[in-house]
Amino acid sequence: MLHDGPLDLLVRQLSSLPGLGSRSAKRIALHLLTNKEKLMQPLAKNLEYVAGIINPCQSCGNLDEGDICRICRDPKRDRATLCVVASVADLWAIERTNSFRGVYHILGGTLSALDGIGPDDLNIRSLVDNIRNGEITEMILALSATVDGQSTAHYINDQLKGLNITVTRLAHGVPVGGELDYLDDNTISTALKARKQA
Amino acid sequence: MERWTDQGIVLSARGHGEGGAIVALLTENNGRHAGYVHGAQSKNKRAMLEPGSQVKCDWSARDNESLGTYALEPEGGLPYGILDEPLKLAALLSACSLCDCALPEREGHTGLYHGLLQLMTSFESDYWAVSYVMWEISLLRELGFRLELDKCAAHGDPLTLEYVSPKSGRAVSRAEAAPYKEKLLVLPHFLRPNCNRADTAGDNEDVLIALKMTGHFLEHWVFAHHTKGVPEARLLFQQRFADMLPL
Repeated sequence: MLHDGPLDLLVRQLSSLPGLGSRSAKRIALHLLTNKEKLMQPLAKNLEYVAGIINPCQSCGNLDEGDICRICRDPKRDRATLCVVASVADLWAIERTNSFRGVYHILGGTLSALDGIGPDDLNIRSLVDNIRNGEITEMILALSATVDGQSTAHYINDQLKGLNITVTRLAHGVPVGGELDYLDDNTISTALKARKQA
Repeated sequence: MERWTDQGIVLSARGHGEGGAIVALLTENNGRHAGYVHGAQSKNKRAMLEPGSQVKCDWSARDNESLGTYALEPEGGLPYGILDEPLKLAALLSACSLCDCALPEREGHTGLYHGLLQLMTSFESDYWAVSYVMWEISLLRELGFRLELDKCAAHGDPLTLEYVSPKSGRAVSRAEAAPYKEKLLVLPHFLRPNCNRADTAGDNEDVLIALKMTGHFLEHWVFAHHTKGVPEARLLFQQRFADMLPL
């Protein structure tokens, strides 16, 4: 059994990670301890190294080495097209597709009146300043099709009224590989509304 | 073991633990009632926990005092196309947050449940904003704050009702209001007894006057003793409505 010592602390720290309960944390701690040289020490070194070197990008909010991330530094990126996402995970999801060659802006969440998250809690002011002072001609609002996601999209759209910029949003509808029978009514009716010529 | 099955409208869902959430529903027979939903943050369940979604709920708990757990099944999604309509979306959020913050828990409000369903149906019509105001008036009535808008508080002419007393919530006729009209709230045209509602229902300025009136009573009657005051979603809705009107 564990005692109230360093091992117990390790288990508690591991169990505070997403997706891990105390049983899984104990298994991981045991696995690390039985593979100290192969796993535990390199992992500890890497954690320290990554913690020191990875920072939020000062331009878009992405996590990367240095002050400006790789995407913002890339000269091949189209700086006139800006994709607004809620989190770094959303940016990674879009990057995975290899279908977008513009730059990003990460809001750091979505507005939520119920949870008390207001515009000042998100990176909206810097977004508006970027657009006012930059070369952006199109902004894509890649936010979730949820009440909070769309409330945020409408709010940002309102803030940009009067600026000479095209604002678009991701389409809502039938997912690739999705069967109509399994879709909810709202998705089907939204997809019908946004139908296009075959 | 306590157990019941009911119909409900999702008012809010707050993440609890890693995968679950505490979900507040406005149910048909059990009023505003919260419960824990296992796996609420999963891909399958997240969509039905958006505020305004309709669900069939099966609540169970060890005893009546416990939070209990909900097993939910989707009954109906959000009103059609509402995610594309900023004003209607703000109205829906406002209605859900008013119910969530103002209604006492576990007290039946069947009329208000059906009123909210009706309001969500009305989002497809041109008169949804008027329906919203009427729904807020019915919310005030359910909470014990009845507005008397059909006769004059000072025994004046009922055909010339133009103001509302901010203290009593009773209508005041033009003549009786004359000395104090700066201190009174304006009674919107569509709520005046002699008004042809079909002619005035689409007048957004009138709706804004009505929102200011109900907003006053929500603030001074319902939320006077709440530490957080009127819910942010209600304030945002009124602000958005005011911004929409031409200067």
